[in-house]
Amino acid sequence: MRLEPREHQSLALLVGYPVLALAFAAVVCALLVMLTGASPFQGFGLMLKGALGTQFAFFETLTRATPLIFTGLAAAVAFRAKLWNIGAEAQLYMGAVMTVVLGTGLLPLPWPILWPVLMVSAMIGGALVLSVPTFLKTRFGVDEVVTTLLLNFIVLLFVSMLLEGVLKDPMGLGWPQSKKVIADAQLPKLVQGKRLHLGFVIAVLAALAVWIVDRKSALGYEMRAVGHNAKAAHFAGIPVNRVLAKTALLSGGLAGLAGWSEVTGLKGNLTLDLSPGFGYSGIVVAMLALLHPIGVVAAAIFVAAVFVGADAMSRTAGVPSYIAHVMVAVSLLSMVTAIMLTRYRLRWR
Amino acid sequence: MQHPVLEIDRITKRFGPLVANDAISLSLARGEILGLLGENGAGKTTLMNILFGHYVADEGEIRVDGKVLPPGEPRAALAAGIGMVHQHFTLADNLTVIDNIVLGTESLWRWKSNLSSARARIRQLAEDYGLAVAPDAQVSSLSVGERQRVEILKALYRNARILILDEPTAVLTPQESAALFETLKRFVAKGLSIIFISHKLGEIMDACSRVAILRGGKLVAERKVSDVTRAELAELMVGRPIPKPKAEPQSPGNMVLSLEKASARRGSQALHNISLEVLGGEVIGIAGVSGNGQSLLADCISGTWALSAGSLVVDGQTSRASPRAMVEQGVARIPEDRHTEGMIGDMSITENAVAERYRSSAFSSRGLVDWRKARVFAESIISKYDVKCPGPEARVRLLSGGNMQKLILGRVMAHDPKLILANQPTRGLDVGAVAYVHEQLLAARKRGAGILLISEDLDELLALSDKVAVMFKGELSAPMQRQTVTISSLGLLMAGQGFSHAA
Repeated sequence: MRLEPREHQSLALLVGYPVLALAFAAVVCALLVMLTGASPFQGFGLMLKGALGTQFAFFETLTRATPLIFTGLAAAVAFRAKLWNIGAEAQLYMGAVMTVVLGTGLLPLPWPILWPVLMVSAMIGGALVLSVPTFLKTRFGVDEVVTTLLLNFIVLLFVSMLLEGVLKDPMGLGWPQSKKVIADAQLPKLVQGKRLHLGFVIAVLAALAVWIVDRKSALGYEMRAVGHNAKAAHFAGIPVNRVLAKTALLSGGLAGLAGWSEVTGLKGNLTLDLSPGFGYSGIVVAMLALLHPIGVVAAAIFVAAVFVGADAMSRTAGVPSYIAHVMVAVSLLSMVTAIMLTRYRLRWR
Repeated sequence: MQHPVLEIDRITKRFGPLVANDAISLSLARGEILGLLGENGAGKTTLMNILFGHYVADEGEIRVDGKVLPPGEPRAALAAGIGMVHQHFTLADNLTVIDNIVLGTESLWRWKSNLSSARARIRQLAEDYGLAVAPDAQVSSLSVGERQRVEILKALYRNARILILDEPTAVLTPQESAALFETLKRFVAKGLSIIFISHKLGEIMDACSRVAILRGGKLVAERKVSDVTRAELAELMVGRPIPKPKAEPQSPGNMVLSLEKASARRGSQALHNISLEVLGGEVIGIAGVSGNGQSLLADCISGTWALSAGSLVVDGQTSRASPRAMVEQGVARIPEDRHTEGMIGDMSITENAVAERYRSSAFSSRGLVDWRKARVFAESIISKYDVKCPGPEARVRLLSGGNMQKLILGRVMAHDPKLILANQPTRGLDVGAVAYVHEQLLAARKRGAGILLISEDLDELLALSDKVAVMFKGELSAPMQRQTVTISSLGLLMAGQGFSHAA
């Protein structure tokens, strides 16, 4: 069995394989659902209904997708430049920390001023977290996969320390949680009585902005060039280390926005369970989207729908909600395989 | 005639509408070196892939010792005694020579490998065939020439009797190539048969007894090397006569490059007190065995490495060690390695065309790139330099080496450079592309650009240069007028005679 590189990738191939991949993932998951004794058709039906079937479910899925768009963009931006940022989780929490430090009354500003101030600070928080590993990488050649991954735990412990200390809400009955952000910091709901908030719109706008940066700007060009061939980029005169530093600021900043939007749009305060692994799921989202910023929006909604739908299915059909993790994982693996097959042809001899 | 050991019988292979091999028939006798000559894309590699079982031919068959070789089975080819030495080595750097040779020949189920008998056998083979290699040396510590010997030993260890060498000299110095040819002659004296794939005429003339010429997938001629001249071979291969580059005398202009007592160090490579001047309208050639500091010198002038002492002045201005600053000072840089340094393979022709100047006002304003202008620029290079490609959006990886080099030429020549640094500008190119690159360099010389030509091809240096200097262990000899040097006098300098470091 060998792989032969394909010279040309037809459109049918580029569309067909990912579709096949998702179909394959669906079949595998159907078998797993059957193992639990439920009917896969009923299971998927419940899932679909639970994720998109009702207005409530649909808005819930979009709510869940919001932080995933931000962290997915963070991963996509960094991965394009081959900066392996596995630390979106830490950057998200740092963005949230900045939000509650400034947004819980320290800056009593009206919302038109407070929002941008908080957004920028959250971005700075996230960007700083990623700057350290990026500096170590460009200066000393330290592998950023290791440093960004381990920083996740360090930052989480740091947040835990803050929540037990200076940021602890005195009215919180002893729970490790921060005070609520003031009303002017909060994002309005998009629909009365639902949890979906303005953060979703801002996330989609962020995806559009990243797309424009990628296609039109010199920076986007530099990031792609560095990602494809850093040596040739350097030879041509592209300042590779400076581009990586800018990439880190952008990627870390986007992940920081995820923390800001969760706090100001949804939770109101900072707790240690602000993110059930949005930073890690962002990597999956980015890979499913083939690192395309607009694709990230679609992939984030897909992953969110799987999680929300699986919750609904487990409540009704008794299938464990862990199936969501399996589905996302199988989708990712088959998608990655499909991407490989669009680039290479499999020969059995 | 002796019974042939290998017969290729009317092999045809199509890829879609492209006929890569069109009813090719060839035979190889015992004890013969057959040259397989052809430009890139002539079908040499496809034919060898069929022979080795990587591809299945649409028509025709292959016989070894009269027996038909089952198509599409590399194992069968190995068992029949066909060994291949690839252009790009397939060795594991972190293993020893002996591990690399034995790798894959032993069953995975064996409790331990029998290295001592393997070692004895390798020593015996090395002695019989004159392939001196230390069996316990780590491959990463070997020179390119030694690695190639390991590749050949690997094939011999598997009892290869028909050896296929794919562009074996592409990575070798002239001296190493000469040594390889001697070794090959010893092989055939011992009864092996060799197919020697190349697009370099000189090598074919030196190494082979017979030559088969492929062009456009067809076998266009088979000749005895003794009955044919280089010019005839070139014409057969390209299909039209190849003009020789002709440098007309002209009076030099201002100083465009001046290196004074320049020193630099990078790992084991170093430059010691190099002084050099290039005037507008002249070509200074730098000869030398590969690895004597030429790459470091080129990197310093490219702006990718900094001098540790001395000065580098381009067109009257002292230069900083920055690629972008060099481009802005009017240096056209043709890098040694097109694939890893010259081009970004996965990006489009347009994106590569503007890689040096995307920040200039010609292509961008306020941080946004004007891709329409960039595309127009790429299209102008494509038409002016005759880059064969599907269009400006095509990925550069799909271009042939010659077309990639034309694209690089177009990129660096577009802004009327004062100095051209051409580092191995024709390495790995076919005859037609070589002639084209030479033509372009001489045209730039005529326009008044100074050219620093670094090459390991002495014929090329002597054909193009006004003066030639030799590098040896990081030192540079005084440049000599071309008329006063010969290949043999250069050879002595390349071996270190007349340098202070020489033993």
